[in-house]
Amino acid sequence: MQALTKRFNYLFRSTRGLTLVAIAMVALVTAIWGTLSGPMVEWGIRDITVKTLGMELTQADREGRIIMLYHTIAMAILAIEVYFITEIIPMKRHEQVMINSIMTVGYLTAMIFGLLFAYFGHNFAFHGLFLVGQSLVFFAGILLAAALWPWKKEYRLPKGSPYARSKKGIDIERAAFFTMAVATLLSAMWGAVTGSFWANGHETFLAEDLIRHPGHTALQKAIIGHLHIMVSLTAVAITLIVGRWLDFKGTLHKWAMPTMIFGIITLTAGALSVVWLEWAHTIIYVGAVFVMLPALFYVIFSWDKLIREGTADIEKPTFGQKIAALLRDPLKFGSGWQMVFMNFTVSGVGIFMAIRLEQIFRVWPAREERITLTGHWHILAALIATIIIMYYADLSGLKGKKRQWFGWILIIASDIAFASATVFSMKRLFTDAINQQPVVNTTMLLIDFGLGAILVMFAMFMGWRLYDLFRAKGQWQKEFSAEIKINAQAELEEQKHKMAQLEAALKEASK
Amino acid sequence: MKRIAFSLIFMTLIAAACQSASSINAITPPYIDTGIDPDTWVTIPAGEFPQGQESHMTMIDYDYQIMVTDVTVEQYANFLNEVVAAGDARSGEFEVVVANGEERWTEEGVAGYYPGDPFQGAKHEEEITAGDKLYVSFVDGLRITHDGDTFTAMPEYANHPMTMVSWFGANAYCEYYGYRLPLELEWEKAARGTEVVGRDGYPFPWGYEIHGNNANYYSSFDLFEKMFGKLGNTTPVGFYDGRTYEIDGASYETLDSASPYGLYDMAGNVWQWMGDDHPDQHYRMMRGGSFYSYEVDLRVWKENSAGPQHYDPDLGFRCARD
Repeated sequence: MQALTKRFNYLFRSTRGLTLVAIAMVALVTAIWGTLSGPMVEWGIRDITVKTLGMELTQADREGRIIMLYHTIAMAILAIEVYFITEIIPMKRHEQVMINSIMTVGYLTAMIFGLLFAYFGHNFAFHGLFLVGQSLVFFAGILLAAALWPWKKEYRLPKGSPYARSKKGIDIERAAFFTMAVATLLSAMWGAVTGSFWANGHETFLAEDLIRHPGHTALQKAIIGHLHIMVSLTAVAITLIVGRWLDFKGTLHKWAMPTMIFGIITLTAGALSVVWLEWAHTIIYVGAVFVMLPALFYVIFSWDKLIREGTADIEKPTFGQKIAALLRDPLKFGSGWQMVFMNFTVSGVGIFMAIRLEQIFRVWPAREERITLTGHWHILAALIATIIIMYYADLSGLKGKKRQWFGWILIIASDIAFASATVFSMKRLFTDAINQQPVVNTTMLLIDFGLGAILVMFAMFMGWRLYDLFRAKGQWQKEFSAEIKINAQAELEEQKHKMAQLEAALKEASK
Repeated sequence: MKRIAFSLIFMTLIAAACQSASSINAITPPYIDTGIDPDTWVTIPAGEFPQGQESHMTMIDYDYQIMVTDVTVEQYANFLNEVVAAGDARSGEFEVVVANGEERWTEEGVAGYYPGDPFQGAKHEEEITAGDKLYVSFVDGLRITHDGDTFTAMPEYANHPMTMVSWFGANAYCEYYGYRLPLELEWEKAARGTEVVGRDGYPFPWGYEIHGNNANYYSSFDLFEKMFGKLGNTTPVGFYDGRTYEIDGASYETLDSASPYGLYDMAGNVWQWMGDDHPDQHYRMMRGGSFYSYEVDLRVWKENSAGPQHYDPDLGFRCARD
């Protein structure tokens, strides 16, 4: 019983345990729901899943189901990022506990009941609970923003700090996290308000299905803005998080953080103003540049750091030695590399589409344009996921050969899959439909191979984490003990501080 | 050693991908007689029908007729012979202009005059000017051969839907015989009928579920996917009629997948050009999904679109008339 309690406490009362549960939930949903599309349909796996689980897949509700699925996975991803943030950004212990517990109840409620509503008969009580879950996630977000409030005196940075700070010592990186949290809340609210018109003048749609419709309603534009900015802010959050992981600091950090804040505000304003502004895209482009610049600064800093650390014991390292040092740790190298790779498969494609829309993409059938659109944002979401996995693998203490295999397979397999998906989506640039079969066959196979390799490796990783839970002194125990120690120390400090405050107050009162 | 193993796996995957790669025209399929007359029409009576994904009851207050099958390659070859002989179209080299003149190229084929669409100068509006417009181009994938101004359907594809035809070509065919391309609403009503169960009308012409032998779509495992690879090929019009076909020693059982009004191939096989011209835009809509489409795009409310100059191996049409 005690063993069970210990594991329960680890899984639901420690930040690392909560992160593991959330990642396991995403993995579980991906494993099951992944059988409903792509090659799994061709292999007949979908029918088995549907029959075994008793799913009800009405054709007319498909788009609605997919939207629910996106939301349930997004809630878990937000939870993971929030857990990371509450662990790495200084805040009071009770704030961390409050945020994490509300977040956990929220995303699990939204995830479980959202999927039950969407895929197992439309019980509207479940839909209500899905909304309750999302509301709790939103409330946890408000608490997070409050905890991240950058003007608190105790979180100010001293003069000469290597991290970005204002003249008054405000931690600009903390301010960037705060801005991201507030922008996310605002964007979530944007979606929620629009969603409240569902079946009340607003019908379910997938944005990619509307691309060539002559006029979009304000509600449609609001949803399109919402979904774009939510994915972008998720990317911003992980960029800031891995910055802490690699201890991003120095001159580049001082440039990056104010730039990031400006980028977040501008990008969010642009994405939301598509509802009424004809030239909203101009604002979006400006914001996107200012969000991508800090990512570039992070890449330069992190690669430089990896090279310096890897060649510290060599007096005059050669170019080869520098490259070897850069590639020594695939997880830390990969977090920056995936951001660079993102430019070829996401940003580059997006910019190319924007520039040559009329001359190329609008000459293709709408379905081909749609593939390019859905392809590039699926790739963005998946790239964010790989960076989250890299960070979590590092937190899980993956070392030595396991770390090398895990990291390199993750980088190579995902990049093969995403590069192939990009080639597939742009195939009309270099082949016509009549001759497309070789391109389709090759790219599809490479996509399946890449994604399959990642999924198998990740399943092994999660299998190890599951097996580890059965060990008395496994990785979970190490993580749990370390966290108890850190939390106890933090709480002790807080108590000491409080004691000092109370004593000072007593002294003042007795004067 | 590990590097070699990786390289071998990678090369094997590439080789496997290349092996199954064959273009549509590289293999000649057998001629399959489905027994249907492609010149058959049905009347769709006036009345309400469930329209779109949300099944909004929508009224069409007039009767109209629509072809039971797509226009076949043979029918289109006959049309080309007639229209060229009548002097309403000619073969030669023609300029194709898109993106409001920013992109232009020439193609050899058959073209005829089109009076153009009203142009408002709206954002993203494509100007369709008056002039000679290509009906078909003499390119790989066209299933009609030509000797001077004599056009002949490839025998094995004679009863397959006419493909590689532009909207101009589809529109010209219908207009030449006094018909017209169906409007989207007309097409959808003909495809799904009027029945509503619960709150939903039919998502597919034959009902609520789809199976591989209901229609020709991506990875539906029809006969032609065995011959042409996963992307498949067109099937003869009216192929999914409930019969079992014996071809080269293999048998393939189809389900009768006619729409409530008896139309065939309203889901899958080839996308079908629609007659609507959307103001301020001028993309031409397509309906029905094709052999390249996933099953979700075969749902009757799903749409596709392209400029009227566009043609593809999975794009055909049928006509309607009042």
